[in-house]
Formats: sequence, structure tokens, C-alpha cells
Amino acid sequence: MPLTLVLEQLLNGVQFGVMLFLMAAGLTLVFGIMNLVNLAHGSLYMMGAYLTVAAVQWSGNYLAGVALGLFATLLLGMLVEVVALRTLYDRDHLDQVLATFGLILFFNELVAILWGRTALDLARPDWLQGHIELFAGSRYPLYRAVVIGVGLAVAAALWYVVTRTRLGMLVRAGASNRSMIAALGVNIRLLYTFVFGIGAALAGLAGVMAGPIYAVQPGMGELILIQVFVVIVIGGIGSIRGAFAGALIVGVVDTLGRAFLKPLLGTVLSPAAADAAGPALASMLIYLLMAAVLALRPEGLFPSRGGQ
Amino acid sequence: MLTLLPPVAAALQEPFYLDLVRKVMIFAIAAASLNLILGYGGMVSFGHAAYLGIGGYAVGVLAFYGTTSGWVQWGVAIGASALVALAIGAVSIRTSGIYFIMITLAFTQMLYYLGISIEEYGGDDGMRIKARSDFSGLIDLGDPVAFYYLALVLMLACLFLVHRIANSRFGMVLRAAKSNEPRSRGIGFSPYAYRLVAFVIAGAMCGLAGAMFANHTSFITPEFMHWTRSGEIMFMVILGGIATTAGPLLGALVLLVVETLLAGWTEHWQAILGPLLVLSVLFFRRGLAGLMPGGKDG
Repeated sequence: MPLTLVLEQLLNGVQFGVMLFLMAAGLTLVFGIMNLVNLAHGSLYMMGAYLTVAAVQWSGNYLAGVALGLFATLLLGMLVEVVALRTLYDRDHLDQVLATFGLILFFNELVAILWGRTALDLARPDWLQGHIELFAGSRYPLYRAVVIGVGLAVAAALWYVVTRTRLGMLVRAGASNRSMIAALGVNIRLLYTFVFGIGAALAGLAGVMAGPIYAVQPGMGELILIQVFVVIVIGGIGSIRGAFAGALIVGVVDTLGRAFLKPLLGTVLSPAAADAAGPALASMLIYLLMAAVLALRPEGLFPSRGGQ
Repeated sequence: MLTLLPPVAAALQEPFYLDLVRKVMIFAIAAASLNLILGYGGMVSFGHAAYLGIGGYAVGVLAFYGTTSGWVQWGVAIGASALVALAIGAVSIRTSGIYFIMITLAFTQMLYYLGISIEEYGGDDGMRIKARSDFSGLIDLGDPVAFYYLALVLMLACLFLVHRIANSRFGMVLRAAKSNEPRSRGIGFSPYAYRLVAFVIAGAMCGLAGAMFANHTSFITPEFMHWTRSGEIMFMVILGGIATTAGPLLGALVLLVVETLLAGWTEHWQAILGPLLVLSVLFFRRGLAGLMPGGKDG
């Protein structure tokens, strides 16, 4: 197996991983702070992509469109939180799962009504075309490299906000003791709405960046949502550090599994058996990983210290 | 009332209703099995469609290799579902709360992708089942009325079975562990084994529903195991009334009838069903069985 191919797939894995992280960060924050299971997070990912497509077409400028689309997703997230989710915080997880499941059905159909069921094309601008030279003889798509860069930058910014600013302090305090921070005079409901909006915008950003790589279509949020669940379960629910580690692990394992499991199995099994088992095993790999992690460490790799 | 439907439908020349109610009854079995672990046991399984798929694939795959005997097919469907439930349950029940929801979901996704990637059995597109299960000439599933009554009898048997289990000593332990785990440990029960047995029973029962559903549609696809299907079954349980005997039937009836009505009215029925779901969770917490006199037990 040529080394450059391995390296390229490794980078693809990291690229997928940072996208998963953008989703997982919002989801794990919402769960850690508000104790809310939000299945509709995948819908926000989808809405982010669609709103950005619309905004790019409307404004004619890629960056302005992206900014506008993300801002719209942030507002949409806050709207959803105020209208539907706010009453769910005190309910059990069962009600939360069902209500947000209803939201998914709604958003998928809404998108189908507004934009149709066929996949849309979110073209990357000219300046993001082309390749970069990693080292002599190895080229990597510029766009994917930019995705990795943006993802890492967001991760760093998030780390800074959560650990070094007043807002982050409130968020962490809210995660460890809700009623205490409310008693100290912090408007916790507003904080919740705001955090939810940020989570939505991060999911939207992931959706925007996924646009040119995967397809923008109704239901695009569900596949990635379940992978994101795997990520936060592996990482430990409520922990951003865990979400980051989990996202990179899942991204790399999934990508490498899809790329190399079939040829690897081919060296052990007959080619026909490898053909059959390879793809099946590759798509099951992250779920097996999750089952193994849960069996050994039921709280995930980085359990949140502030959990209730 | 359900016993009278076939002659009425025949008189009105509307076989469609027979078909719809048969589907309702099959899903009532699936929902009843979920009700056992979710309603009485407090285990929020978000992967119950897995057993529907396993039951369906047991019928489909055996038919593919020429075994059409219903005794064998349905037996394998139930047995295989029980085995898979044993494996999934053994790992999942170690966890609780949100982790349990997600791990059951993940296992079902695993099976879903397995279904998609096995090209021999149709992969993504699914596979037609050429002949319905054959019960040595006793019951002809090709006859809609006979199949209808079989579904009715099996559904009543399953509802009764879940009712009996829930009110047995075993069911009491299960419910005690749900309402207060430390206390039930304190009086000397280890919930794990009880939960696992309930999980396996529920899996086996849902496998039966899967075998019936495969015969109902004469078609199997990985969509049987899609996670939205798990969500639907879960919603039937909640809508009908959690931990009630008749709840699963009511929930399945209302959800499937509303779905069919909306689908007949507009292509975008899910845009209406979704908010209805949200509203019913927010404002309608006791379920349909709670509205009926004497409908609520336990």
C-alpha cells in the first residue's frame, strides 16, 4: 500500500472528524448543560446547508452567503428552542426523543416542499478549487484542507471561550449546577437559548462545509446525526474534550475502514469473501467501536466532570 | 369489533381497510413487545425495529433458499430475534439513560447497514418474497381474510401475554426496578437478569411481528430496520398509553390511520405529522388508553 495513499486517507479521516466535531460540540453542550437529547440537531445541519445555498444564490457572494446562512441558522436554532424545546427540559429523555423526532419529520418535509427532493449543488468558489502540495508528488484537495483548518480553528476558539471567558464560566457552571447558578442571578433561560443557537450555527457550519463534498438533500442530517451520537458516546456525553477526541477517532476509523478494510481482508480471506464482508464490516466498524467502548467504560473515554 | 371487519369490508367491497387493519395489528404486536421493556421495564430502546428486520429477513432469506414452511420460517424468525436481543441486551443493559437509548440505536444501525451491504439478499433495494409462509395447508396466508384472523388471534395473544407478564411476579420485579432501582436492589433483586429476560422476550415477540410484516408486504428491505421505524413503534407505545394493556393497539391504530389519511391528502404528510407528534408529546402525556374508562392498569 503506497504511503501517500494512507496519508491522504488519514487526512480525509481528520477532515471527516472535524466536521463530526462541529456537530458533536453543539449536541454535547446542549446535553451537558440542558440535559436535553436533541435528535433534531441533524435537521439544523441540513437547514444550515440549505439556508446557505439560498443565501449564496441570493447575494452572489460565497463568503457573504455563508455568513448570512449561518446567522440564519443561529436564529432558527434559537427559534426552535423557544417554541418547542424549552418545555422539554424537565421531561424525561423519552419525551425529548419523540418530540425532536417529530421535528425531524417536519424539517425534512419542509425542505422537500421549499427546495424539492433532488439534491442541490453547493458549488465551491473558484479560489477553493485546486490542490495543495503536501510534499513532492502528493497533492491534496485545497477545499478539504480548508475544512480541516476551519474545524481546528473553531475547536480552538471553542476551547478558549469555554475555559477562558466569562461566558464559558457561566456555561460550565450551568452544566454542573443549574439551580445554583439561577439562584445567583444569572438568566439561565437566556443562556440556554444562546447556547442552543451557537450549537445550531456550528451544526450549520458543518452542513455548509459538507455541501460540496456530500450532497445537499432532505434527510442528509440523519446519517451524520447517528454518527455524531457515536462520537459523543465514545467521548463521554457533556464533554467537549471528549467530543473532539471521539470525533477524530470516529472520523479516522470510519474513513480508513472504508478505504483499507476490503484489501486487508483480501490478504486473509478469498477475494469473493472479502468483497462481501469488507463493505459490511467497514460500515459497522464505528458501531462496534462504540459497543466496545461502552462495554469497557460505560461513561465514555472522557466523562464530564460536571455531570449531575 | 375487529372480528366483524372482514365481512363488513367484503360487503363494502373495500379490501383496502382489511389490509390497513392487518398492518395495524402487526404493528400492535411490535408495539406491545416494546411496551413490555419500555413501559413496564423502563428501558427506552430506540432500536426496536431491529427485530422487525430480523424477523422479516428470516422469512425472506429462508424463502430465498426454498424453505417456505411457515413453522420453520416463523420459528427461525422468533429464535433469531431472541438470540440477537440476547446479544444486544447483554451489552446495552449494562448502561442506562441516554447511553441505553444511543447504544440500542447504534446496534440497530449496524444491522441496517448489514442489510444494505449484503447484495445477495437485495442490498439497498430489498428483495421480493415469492411465496407466503406455508402452514401445511392449515392457514392460507394468501387469503386476506384468513391472514387477517390469524393476525387478530396472534395480536390478542401477545397483548394478553404482555399483560400476564407485567402482572406476574417477574413483571413486578421489573416494574420495581424501573420505579426505584436502589430500593429493589436493597430488597435483594438484581435487576440485570430480569431486564435481560424481558429484553429477550420483547425481541422474540417483535421478531414474530417482523415475520408477519414480511408476509404482509411480500417484500423485505433494510427499511424494516430504519431508525425512523424504531421511532414510529416507540411513538405508538407513547401515544397509546405507556404501560397499558390496550395502549399499543390504540397507538398503532391511530398513528397508522392518521398516516394513511394524511398521505392520501397530501404528498407532504410528514410536515403535518411531525408537529402533531411534537404537540402530542407536549400536551397529551397520558396516552389514549388514559382516556378510556378502566383502560389504565398499573
